[in-house]
Amino acid sequence: MTIKDIQNEIIDEFSMFDDWEERYQYMIDLGKDLPLINEQYKTDSNIIKGCQSKVWVHAEMKDDKIAFTADSDAIITKGIIAILIRSFSNQHPKDIIDANTDFIDKIGLKEHLSPTRANGLVSMVKQLKMYAIAYQTQLN
Amino acid sequence: MFNVQDIRKDFPILSRKVNGKPLVYFDNAATSQTPQQVIDAIVDYYSNYNANIHRGVHTLSQEATDLYEQARLKIQAHFNAKFSHEIILTSGTTHSINLVANGFSSLLKKGDDIIVSALEHHSNIVPWQMLCERTGATLKVIPMNEEGELVMSAFDDLISENTKLVFVNHISNALGTINPIEYIIEKAHEVGAAVLIDGAQACPHIKPDVQALDVDFYVVSAHKMCGPTGVGMLYGKEAWLNKLPPYQGGGEMIAEVTFEKTTYADLPHKFEAGTPNIAGGIVFGAAIDYMNTIGFDAIAAYENDLLEYATKKLLTIDGLKIYGTSKNKTSVISFNLEHIHPYDVGTILDKLGIAVRTGHHCAQPIMDFYCIPGTVRASFSFYNTKEEIDALVEGVKKAKMMLS
Repeated sequence: MTIKDIQNEIIDEFSMFDDWEERYQYMIDLGKDLPLINEQYKTDSNIIKGCQSKVWVHAEMKDDKIAFTADSDAIITKGIIAILIRSFSNQHPKDIIDANTDFIDKIGLKEHLSPTRANGLVSMVKQLKMYAIAYQTQLN
Repeated sequence: MFNVQDIRKDFPILSRKVNGKPLVYFDNAATSQTPQQVIDAIVDYYSNYNANIHRGVHTLSQEATDLYEQARLKIQAHFNAKFSHEIILTSGTTHSINLVANGFSSLLKKGDDIIVSALEHHSNIVPWQMLCERTGATLKVIPMNEEGELVMSAFDDLISENTKLVFVNHISNALGTINPIEYIIEKAHEVGAAVLIDGAQACPHIKPDVQALDVDFYVVSAHKMCGPTGVGMLYGKEAWLNKLPPYQGGGEMIAEVTFEKTTYADLPHKFEAGTPNIAGGIVFGAAIDYMNTIGFDAIAAYENDLLEYATKKLLTIDGLKIYGTSKNKTSVISFNLEHIHPYDVGTILDKLGIAVRTGHHCAQPIMDFYCIPGTVRASFSFYNTKEEIDALVEGVKKAKMMLS
């Protein structure tokens, strides 16, 4: 599946919910299922800055595709990173670099897109793309 | 007579909705809301008096100057300073602290001690660290206990003939603890040290008397007490303000300028370089008038009642822990739910229209003391109600259910 396909799938899943409570509950559940980062990578250098909660992200390249794992000490933040990783993981670096995150707005989580938001969704996206740029450079 | 429903009518923002719910504003320790009387004063200034002050011969400039200086007199009267020139209008508490810290850099030397408290806001830690770096002085810290109170026996051990400055907040922003500043000032003066009290969190709740306190410097921000952002006060005893060099150079602060030498203006203008926040200063006066109309005794009594009610109600929630349990505190409750990150709780409360602060509240050393990443902080003002506290309690219960 392409990043766009996965994002459309996520939009479909969220469209089943009528109110914010159900959406948040689902996001929290997604957070609980997040592919957890190996403890050895939960280092200070892997923390994404700009988050009120801590977010650790680790990236690995397998068969020209990037696999992301992550964790956060806040469950809502973990849900957001889970949604992002689901759409970006196991994709080619170039596709990750080119991808946009408009789907976050469409699933009713627009408030997390604000650059001033303390959870740092914007910082997370930037960090995932930085990994993609780094791996793309290796491929070239 | 104190009637909260009447008071709420003064605050237009309290009738708005957030996320489809009536706004419950419990982030008063970060910034207070603005009553119509203060908003009107802003409009009145820009509609009728806007001009640069202290230098124009034209009528507008003189009227604006009069209003600005009248505001200074109101501030002087409110804090009971001996002279109006002891009131320096600044951009806020942080500016005031930096002004004093900068001034002391020429007065300190290696071997001198500066004492701060473990309960300080970052703005009352960082400038002094920078001052120590510049001068070689040593920064010492009054520790805190589990209740969030300063350990005064440790202060007694820290203070010595080497102590030149002591900086403590009147009330802790993160926990609400009221610190024993009278004792601290007395002890510091015994060894000849100057004392700066950060009153940012005290000014919305109590009316400090700087002469009775015998404090050397007292600093506040207007936006904590129903005033506008970007304006605040530095009170300094005349003798100290005369001793400190100017902070910024520019217009307004000079007496005479040649390329060989500039002589500085007298107080307070020596510390007020450039065009000040004229509207802000004038409206700061209007905010003080407003709060005095409500009355600080009535405010304190009502807020204490809210604090007691909220504390009792919140503690009925299983797994909720309150940080800062001093008997001597203002209407601030910092808390966490067991195993739940404060950020998550704040996010759910926001969806319910309830504004609280989450995080370390610019007081990381306090969070390190409790070994927590931060807290949820609900801070109450005289325009809040028990019904709003009930909404908070229900909101926290909902957050707990969703996040567990």
